[in-house]
Amino acid sequence: MKLAVNFAGVELKNPIATASGTCGFGMEYLPYYKASELGAVTLKALSIRPKAGNAVVRIAETPSGMLNSIGLQNPGVDSFLENKLEFVKNLGTKIIANIAGESMEDYEAVAEKLNVDGIDMIELNISCPNVSDGGLAFGTNPKIVEEITSRIKKKTEKPLIVKLSPNVTDITEIARAAESGGADALSLINTLMGMRIDAHTRRPVLSRGSGGLSGPAVKPVALHMISAVHRAVDLPLLGMGGIMTGRDAAEFLIAGATAVAIGTAAFADPKAPVRILGELREFMAAEGVEDVNDLIGTLKFN
Amino acid sequence: MLEDTRVVSLDRLNDTTYSLTLRAPKIAAAARAGQLAHVTCPGFLLRRPFGICDADAAEGTIRVCFEVRGDGTEALAKVNAGDVLSVNGAVGHGFEDIKGRRVLFVGGGIGIFPLLYAARFAGVATAALCFRDKSRVVLAPDFAKVCKEIFLATDDGSLGFHGYAADLVNELIATHEYDCVCVCGPKIMMKTVSEVALGAGLDCYVSLEERMGCGVGACLACVCQTMLGQKRVCIDGPVFDAKEVRWDA
Repeated sequence: MKLAVNFAGVELKNPIATASGTCGFGMEYLPYYKASELGAVTLKALSIRPKAGNAVVRIAETPSGMLNSIGLQNPGVDSFLENKLEFVKNLGTKIIANIAGESMEDYEAVAEKLNVDGIDMIELNISCPNVSDGGLAFGTNPKIVEEITSRIKKKTEKPLIVKLSPNVTDITEIARAAESGGADALSLINTLMGMRIDAHTRRPVLSRGSGGLSGPAVKPVALHMISAVHRAVDLPLLGMGGIMTGRDAAEFLIAGATAVAIGTAAFADPKAPVRILGELREFMAAEGVEDVNDLIGTLKFN
Repeated sequence: MLEDTRVVSLDRLNDTTYSLTLRAPKIAAAARAGQLAHVTCPGFLLRRPFGICDADAAEGTIRVCFEVRGDGTEALAKVNAGDVLSVNGAVGHGFEDIKGRRVLFVGGGIGIFPLLYAARFAGVATAALCFRDKSRVVLAPDFAKVCKEIFLATDDGSLGFHGYAADLVNELIATHEYDCVCVCGPKIMMKTVSEVALGAGLDCYVSLEERMGCGVGACLACVCQTMLGQKRVCIDGPVFDAKEVRWDA
């Protein structure tokens, strides 16, 4: 059975990755599975300066999903390079570094600092709903998306993935802007903005009010958007949004994703990424699919 | 570690509080004082963290007690003997410096639960169990079995000492010899009790609570503020040295 995929020129041993912000810098899940079993690990977003993140409450369960409002807490790119890069290098898998910023200059500086051995790809986070400066503000305007993509493309020596927000009127328009800007790949979807309210206190449950919705609840939205973006642009896609099982992963591949990322599922089941990989193998065996590439983008509309 | 546990029994302690005993031989053998069990609630995505209330390595069981606070714990209050629940445990840093010491355990409300198991690790254990009123008092006989002395307190004076935990602790420290104080309960109670304990020159450890996501230290949902920076309650804690906690933050 062939599981390897080529994602924007990077050879992944299989199409299963972890999603940014759900597995730190790869350290915390060591007791549960070997990162080397996965195609790639996406690191927690890195910003130019350390970020403390938002006040608690930062998380709340919702029907078939959850809201998060972490706020990009991270030690900053310099601390990462000094203290975590060596560890990350030895994980035995491809490493995608996710970068965040409050200004274009911030993003450029982080991207430049990550032109180091051990980082295989850059994921440009212009879709975080949980910060007031940067993040989503960059990811919802096609002109800005094109500009930031082309500026980062000039600074980075790595293949560039642009992470798209579902919180837009037409995600294909944003996808085309990233393509025009020179993106090598796209990842989607980031979380959908949502809110939980405590009717007794008449307050939002999250301290910041709203947060990002993830988990099985968003899976149909993700599949719809991946399918639409796959038809709109000529770029490989990293698909994510509520993947809980190997069959879910297969659906994302069929919709047009070259690889998929697992996030929320790992909160419920720490071993989810490797379990999902095993289930994908089982699905392929049952369907008589010898090469995972034979699933990608094979959605039939008639 | 992850273990598929089986429900041995679910007992109601009062109108909103339950005691759940699970067959979990691996976690029972590994559990240390003050560590957490992350329990899957049937039909819910995220696990709920509970301080391990007791563990019996010989029997291969662990016990968690919980109050019904929301939909997840409501579902957990409906499990039946024989049901399988995935548990991740025992997780985190608990009460690590109590072996052989004279420890005053101070619990407030549902905060008393992890102190029962912790009391087994102390040299000499004393428990101060504080509740809103008489109707909320639970597990006092269990504590009596593992502690040399137990003191009950209620905010309204309907049973035992009339007043807040910090007032009781102040009295106990003045009249008894302890090496350290371990506290679990509402934040304001932990703050005031730790001020009393630290003021008397005693070591003091507090078990913090925060809404958790992954329970393994990755998602950064359950952070707390300390003198040493932001820490994760799930794996850096839940127990912290009271000297390091920034209560104002």
